[in-house]
Amino acid sequence: MHRLKREHRHWNRRMLVTVVTAAALLYLVGIFLWGTLMDPSYYAVHYENKLLPPGLSHLFGTDFMGRDMFFRCVKGLSNSLVIGVLAAAFSSVLALILGIASAVCGGWVDRAVNWCVDLCMGLPHLVLLILISFMLGKGTKGVTIAVALTHWPSLTRVVRAEVLQVRSSQYVQAAYRMGRSRLQVAWTHMVPHVLPAYLIGLVLLFPHAIMHEASITFLGFGLPAEMPAIGVILSEAMNHIATGKWWLALFPGLMLLAAVLLFDAIGDNLKKLWNPGSGNE
Amino acid sequence: MQLKAEHLDFRYGEKTPWILKDVSLQTESGERVGIVGPSGYGKSTLSKLLAGYVRPSAGRVLLDGEPLPEKGYCPVQMIYQHPELAVNPRWKLGKIVKEAGDPDPALLERMGIEPQWLSRWPSELSGGELQRFCIARVLNPRIRFLICDEITTMLDVITQAQIWELLLEASEKQKLGIVVITHNMALAERVCTRIVELPAINHAETKENRQTDITKSRSFITKRNVSATEGEGCADRAV
Repeated sequence: MHRLKREHRHWNRRMLVTVVTAAALLYLVGIFLWGTLMDPSYYAVHYENKLLPPGLSHLFGTDFMGRDMFFRCVKGLSNSLVIGVLAAAFSSVLALILGIASAVCGGWVDRAVNWCVDLCMGLPHLVLLILISFMLGKGTKGVTIAVALTHWPSLTRVVRAEVLQVRSSQYVQAAYRMGRSRLQVAWTHMVPHVLPAYLIGLVLLFPHAIMHEASITFLGFGLPAEMPAIGVILSEAMNHIATGKWWLALFPGLMLLAAVLLFDAIGDNLKKLWNPGSGNE
Repeated sequence: MQLKAEHLDFRYGEKTPWILKDVSLQTESGERVGIVGPSGYGKSTLSKLLAGYVRPSAGRVLLDGEPLPEKGYCPVQMIYQHPELAVNPRWKLGKIVKEAGDPDPALLERMGIEPQWLSRWPSELSGGELQRFCIARVLNPRIRFLICDEITTMLDVITQAQIWELLLEASEKQKLGIVVITHNMALAERVCTRIVELPAINHAETKENRQTDITKSRSFITKRNVSATEGEGCADRAV
């Protein structure tokens, strides 16, 4: 009876984690689609209702050009998500290739990859981002490439460590002696082992990428001012915050925070579900 | 069939001390050789060399005069001390047991593997239960020699007895050659047809810092000579 009760509670926790993850994912995908498909007239300039405080007609208020802050935030966050997806996708593929090459080849390949990782991690991240973005002429292209090029080192380390661990494990050695080919072992033993850590790392890259995109845009090295982006919105809001226009900074800031925290929650929940230690229970 | 180790030398690096030096050993199908010796004398290293997991620095391991195959199923298989490390924690046992090909259902039954275990994860079985899977997956018609590296050391006596019963049966039926690596002299005397002292056939350099171990090994051997009733003098035959 007691055991039955415990199993029941366990099943519930797994369900809860799954539901929370699905809800977070739904919210983020919703924001992304809504922003991408949004008609620009929703956040168009209307000088007649500039700097309105939050109300029923404008949920997040309006800015100094009379643009609706709610729709601008959704559009801006959606733009940030696109950059985050591009950066995370590029960085993670690079990390996967370098990490596996480093662990499997060893020798000078390993040393070279580690040297690059140390080099990138040794420089302050924001300085590196600004340098690359500035070199590429700022703008959308500059930000995207800068963010994509600087997020691979930590994931590379994770992938390398995972491959090294599984490569020397007894069950992989035994599989070779039992007649499994290198490809079979890679596909049936190594990929399933690396995949969870890799996907969790990939998900946890998003908040970093989005935060960095917002940061360099805020500092003026990123997206152009006419493009709705959280960084642009926050940097404009700084001009008005002293005059009591609190809604210009608060709501976009909260939305950015929520997006980052949700990505983090998804990553943590996936970790719980996929790790063999907790996932099989 | 014959499994033969010829003048094996082994060390882990260029500057590290020799672990095995000029070790020669020979065993036939159906024979059960016990390799005994104190800790740190290279018993596990020798078992890895015999099963082809690592290559010797010098010397060869020959199966009927041929080197062990690098690719494909190796007729010399090895069972480890820790079965929980020798199975993929992300695989269910039904998949694990098929790694070297579909096992004979009758064999699984004889090994006391219950059908419902096949749908479980390795973390849901005990060490003894997992060890049976590790043995079952290598016991297929192609196996000729089985290297057992302390395979029952961490199991309780009843499970130990059950597992050895199975292996002895396989040894008789399939003419399987078994190399039993252990530091349990009583076990070796019980299951082996011949016992080899590793310190007696290993000519690794005796360093000053290993001096204490040497005296320990001498007393180990003397003790064995007093207690041993069977397989006397086999150590000499092995050299």
